[in-house]
Amino acid sequence: MRIKAQIAMVMNLDKCIGCHTCSVTCKNVWTNRPGAEYMWFNNVETRPGPGYPDEWEDQGRYRGGWKLYKGKLQLRSGGPVSRLANIFHNPDQPTMTDYYEPWTYDYENLIESPKGKHQPTARPRSLITGKVMDSPVWGPNWNDDLAGGGEIAARDPNLGHMQAHVAFEYEQAFMMYLPRICEHCLNPSCVAACPSGAIYKRDEDGVVLVDQEACRGWRFCVSACPYKKVYFNWNTHKAEKCNFCYPRIEAGLPTTCSETCVGRIRYLGPILYDADRVVEAASVTDERDLYESQLAVFLDPSDPEVIAEARKAGISDAWMEAARRSPVYKMAVEWKVALPLHPEYRTLPMVWYVPPLSPIMSQLVNEDDLSADGYLPTIDQMRIPMEYLASILTAGDVAVIRRVLLRLTAMRAHMRQKNVGDLESSRLVREAGMSIAQLEDMARMFGVAKYADRFVIPTAKRHDEANLEYQQGACSLEELAPPEGILPPLVRPGGGRV
Amino acid sequence: MTQFWWVIYPYLTLAIAVVGTLYRYRSDQIGWGSKSSEWLEKRFLRWGSLLFHWGILFIIVGHVVGLLIPVQAFDTLGIHRELYHRTADLFGGLAGIATWVGVLLLLIRRMVFDGVRRNSSTADFVALVLLFLVITLGDMQTVIMNNAVGPYGYRHTVGPWLRGLLILHPDARLMVGVPIILQVHIILSFALFAVSPFTRLVHVWSAPLRYPTRAPIQYRSRTGFRR
Repeated sequence: MRIKAQIAMVMNLDKCIGCHTCSVTCKNVWTNRPGAEYMWFNNVETRPGPGYPDEWEDQGRYRGGWKLYKGKLQLRSGGPVSRLANIFHNPDQPTMTDYYEPWTYDYENLIESPKGKHQPTARPRSLITGKVMDSPVWGPNWNDDLAGGGEIAARDPNLGHMQAHVAFEYEQAFMMYLPRICEHCLNPSCVAACPSGAIYKRDEDGVVLVDQEACRGWRFCVSACPYKKVYFNWNTHKAEKCNFCYPRIEAGLPTTCSETCVGRIRYLGPILYDADRVVEAASVTDERDLYESQLAVFLDPSDPEVIAEARKAGISDAWMEAARRSPVYKMAVEWKVALPLHPEYRTLPMVWYVPPLSPIMSQLVNEDDLSADGYLPTIDQMRIPMEYLASILTAGDVAVIRRVLLRLTAMRAHMRQKNVGDLESSRLVREAGMSIAQLEDMARMFGVAKYADRFVIPTAKRHDEANLEYQQGACSLEELAPPEGILPPLVRPGGGRV
Repeated sequence: MTQFWWVIYPYLTLAIAVVGTLYRYRSDQIGWGSKSSEWLEKRFLRWGSLLFHWGILFIIVGHVVGLLIPVQAFDTLGIHRELYHRTADLFGGLAGIATWVGVLLLLIRRMVFDGVRRNSSTADFVALVLLFLVITLGDMQTVIMNNAVGPYGYRHTVGPWLRGLLILHPDARLMVGVPIILQVHIILSFALFAVSPFTRLVHVWSAPLRYPTRAPIQYRSRTGFRR
């Protein structure tokens, strides 16, 4: 057993209102620099839709993640030798058009225009070329709230194998939000693809980081990440990615996206895992077994043997205590209501999701007359097709999705009828496989979602650090935006530069 | 003048290359790399970069064979002058043309595409233009002169001169009478060495040869890591 700890995240999609606050606060902290303007370490996608970057789930196009090759795990883009053979031109690397051309507006024109017949306008200008753009044609959330309708939504790669179930007629349309950050995987394909060894996973908290001094800009991490969450900074010519706000995590604070989430949908807490079993878990033959095999890699922080091993591995008692209180452990392992994003990529992602439930409830017309058992059939008739959720969260296994939705429904039904009658014997609770105490615990976690319950983050071991006084106040970002990359001069039509 | 161009100048440029590279490596890890612009433009890069890089790798091998291995070694092995030149002419010529087309595409791409041009520094253009000139002159000698005028026996002049240079016994007289195209080709090549530490060319020293044998997943301790 090689025991390691990781701070993992769960997002409760049931409560995401798609407000983009997480994206905006993240951008203000990490990516408001030249070369990083187009990067969204955190973004919120409206689903169904192509996502950002364009159709990122289409691994036939981007060839990210892992595959089984002759029974062994291999990056989908090929082995190490074929990677080096492609080092002069990475065939799988997305380009600007797959994201969007970053732009700003010519605000100065509003202030400096002379008095005239017409209102001055702030025209969009490219941050890449400085030229005025006639009209931006695509952005990171261009299809927000199903904008573009069936035409754009139909480009969702998940719809490929479920065409029959999905229609885009107004009456049948469905929609959900999917906030995404780096998955900080247990088996990160970006790390395996880096020729320079610049991307690494931290022993102590599992955060996957890019060493900016070691990065040589080969860009294989960008194409190898199946979630397309490693970005290429066109200004510094290095890779950048979500760093899980590690300076905050080390101090025991939640990530910026979690802290600022107005819907309180994000949960953070430690998970213990056995690093020796990662490759085995990622190599199971059937894609649908990957969810269970990843669960088997997690260790029970209350198990005396695990506690003893953890102590030997240098994991502190504070971390063990946090691991026992971890909301992530509860949702993923105890209640089994949180699921990994696209487990079929075989990266063993560590940002999990509670599937959304609300749309089926809104279909109920006579909720007052409904017995608890009456909820059961509605689960199978929900507005978001279970096949769709399964395609995103369980490699297509609808049974797992159904079980989770059942549990969430049981929780709701129980809480609603708490004063009406005892549900303990009802079929709904029995089929959900949860005790009443667990349901109430879950309701408190999801509904009340107190700060201290959502975020259980032990601080990093400070006494290990050699140069604490020196590091205080240091900012590693200062060198990331060298002066040659400042805003390009504005080119107005007619060629004149300002 | 002979002494300057064929003794002083080569040592001077090589010294700048070595000291400059070490200095850059120590002081500028954050800027060390190949400065990819594939994110901005991919179609021209595909042809340009592939032709140029594979071509120049082949040509480097060709230069090692042609310049560092003495002509006597070929004679002992029974490879005649005629056979050597025909082989070198054919394969060197083909690789030379591929490399030239590649570097031309890269140059056009860097000038034509707005995003790429604006994201290029002076150093990028200096390196690319120098490469273009060096490759053009090399191709002129190998592809045009060799076939139009007849093969030039550089293994008796440039070869011994370069080997002498490398073992610190330079003999500038060997370079007298070498065709002017080759002379300029060599002088510009050394200029390329001299500017290389201050350009993106440093990426050639970062060829990730250890990558295929290392563990796929890299772990690092938050505090214990030493480079």
